[in-house]
Amino acid sequence: MDKKQRRLIMRTSILVLLGAALVFSLYANFTKEKVAAVQKGEMARDFVLTDMDGNTHKLSDYKGQGVFLNFWGTWCKPCEYEMPYMDKQYQKYKDQGVQILAVNVGESNYSVKKFVEKHYLTFPIMIDKNKQVQTAYKIDPLPVTFLIDKNGKIIDKLTGSLSEESIQKHMERIKP
Amino acid sequence: MKEVVNCVCGHVNPHGTILCESCGRVLDETQKDSKMIDMRYEGSARRSQTYNKSIIDKIWNFFSSVKVGVSLIVILLIASSVGTIFPQEQYIPPTELPEVFYEKEYGFSGKLYYLLGFHNLYSSWWYLICIAMLGTSLLIASIDRVVPLYRSLKKQKVSRHDGFLKKQRIFGITKTDQQDIEFAELKKILESRRYKIKEENGNLLAEKGRFARWGPYVNHAGLIIVLIAGMLRFLPGMYVDEVLWLREGETKGIPGTDGRYALKNNQFKVEIYDKKNKEDQTFNAAIDKVGTIVKNYQADVTLYEKEGNTLPGEEAKFKKVKDHSIKVNNPLKHDHYALYQVDFKLDELSEMSFNLMNKNTKETFGMITISLDDPKTMYKLKDGYSVELLSYFPDFEFDENQEPVTKSPIPNNPAFIFNMKTPDKPEGEVSFVAIQQTLEPLGENTYKMAFAGVDTRNVTALTVRKDLTLWIFFLGGAIFMIGVIQGAYWNHRRIWIQRKDGEIWLAGHTNKNWHGLKRDISMTLEGTNIDEPEDQLEPKNLGELEK
Repeated sequence: MDKKQRRLIMRTSILVLLGAALVFSLYANFTKEKVAAVQKGEMARDFVLTDMDGNTHKLSDYKGQGVFLNFWGTWCKPCEYEMPYMDKQYQKYKDQGVQILAVNVGESNYSVKKFVEKHYLTFPIMIDKNKQVQTAYKIDPLPVTFLIDKNGKIIDKLTGSLSEESIQKHMERIKP
Repeated sequence: MKEVVNCVCGHVNPHGTILCESCGRVLDETQKDSKMIDMRYEGSARRSQTYNKSIIDKIWNFFSSVKVGVSLIVILLIASSVGTIFPQEQYIPPTELPEVFYEKEYGFSGKLYYLLGFHNLYSSWWYLICIAMLGTSLLIASIDRVVPLYRSLKKQKVSRHDGFLKKQRIFGITKTDQQDIEFAELKKILESRRYKIKEENGNLLAEKGRFARWGPYVNHAGLIIVLIAGMLRFLPGMYVDEVLWLREGETKGIPGTDGRYALKNNQFKVEIYDKKNKEDQTFNAAIDKVGTIVKNYQADVTLYEKEGNTLPGEEAKFKKVKDHSIKVNNPLKHDHYALYQVDFKLDELSEMSFNLMNKNTKETFGMITISLDDPKTMYKLKDGYSVELLSYFPDFEFDENQEPVTKSPIPNNPAFIFNMKTPDKPEGEVSFVAIQQTLEPLGENTYKMAFAGVDTRNVTALTVRKDLTLWIFFLGGAIFMIGVIQGAYWNHRRIWIQRKDGEIWLAGHTNKNWHGLKRDISMTLEGTNIDEPEDQLEPKNLGELEK
């Protein structure tokens, strides 16, 4: 190899290295908020919570079924708005292999119980008392819904209140 | 294009060499007629100046240019200072929207500031690209200069060509017939002045402080290390900066530790200087003048570590790691994490107590205490008296339909709807109770819930920090300073002394501080028969040069 060729290779590799550093920094900088949040396409992180009736729900036990994972709070108006719709669709889809898990972000048993009674909710509702699940799913703000398919993959992340029609569409998406 | 330049002395120089690496003959045609030679980079061939064929060479040469480097520095300096005119987005009040805030607060210039993206300058794409380009420029410009400079300083010969000597700024000729004696004398003096002497064919090269020439490159290496440290912060696990709000008595997972650590707030207190306190009486004058002066903000906490692997939400075993009192500038440090006291909230409501009371007789039938975090549905009192909690609003307000609702789950303004059951009213009476407000929505009641007291707790806010890149920043900074000192406090001085039949030629060069070099020479020549050389750039000599 002659000198000129060596120089070209040397220069090219240094420039490529620096270019890669630049691309990495820009990418990392612009995705730093997204990285902080859980994104669609990721595998849903497993968790265990106990519902208001004392039944334990482990996400990975629902493999083979679709899971409509909703995070909510009693004071949150948009959460309250979509709850009755979720319940209606739950009645329709629970026998078709779609489960709804509604995780309260850690309020008192009293508030959650009153809320459930007020809206006659029938799907499993669990309180994330020590906020571990919402931390793992990086929840902010409410409501947030994760559509998890039968393989445990998050196929979509929905923020804001959902209409009955769109809930039905999303149930279809995760139906196994 | 010629690949190499052959010098008359026989040395083969790389293409683009201005002064022969070995003998110092002027090789560049355009410099042959100048009175002085350009000693920058020893007249070595900066590769960037010579190969300009492929696109890679063109990019390389662009970054190698000092002009480009200086322009980047100027752009970054101006941009960075503009970024400090108004606060960056992360420092505006969290409740404000940036698109509204800047215009509202600073008028048109604020709006412009926002529209041009200066509100988030330091992570904007163009700012980062400029930083990266500066880093590239630092690296490439340094490689391009330090390699040839090292080569030519290493290869330099003692005997130099007449033209090289004559065209040095310090130059003089002395006629003498006692060359040997003078040389021996000069050598001794120069050595005592800590010059390194090299001899060849009876000629002398005295050199000192060559390592000062590497100063700028050491300095650049330090800067590049700082940039790398900045980049490493993007890697997961290297850098954590989070906030944790923790109530007294509460245990929460520490954010950024992925559930591994939990923290309990045992107590938070704010202490003030008290005139009644003996040790504080030194500050009496100041207390009188200012009023309340805070002495200490302190959160007494316990750190727990999770044992084993558990899923989020699963009951986990935690073992106590340690107790600590976090004060301002006295963080809790553990496993590269540091928790700093940063904010607080005093007297948040935690419990409220009420007496069930007959409005007319003022007779009470027992007290209930409601935990605002965990209220109960039913509070039983003595024989036949009980209070049912129908609704609870931790942060009460009326919504647009005049319905009571809660704004948040935080008990800032609690309100309750009670159903008071008594022997004479077995169905109960409904009462709406908020702070300093009681409503009886279903008609006049016989009984009421009389406010009996509150219990409060303090809340502390802690910053969670982890920075594994800090030592790299320090290392880069230290190397930067070493480079500055190396280049600033030492000078590379050289004195060439050569004999040419019956004459002694003396030339001197330094990269800076010519006065120091001249002093070195004049002290060396003191007591010898050699004349002091002239500074060819001094005004009186410049005239002669013109002729």
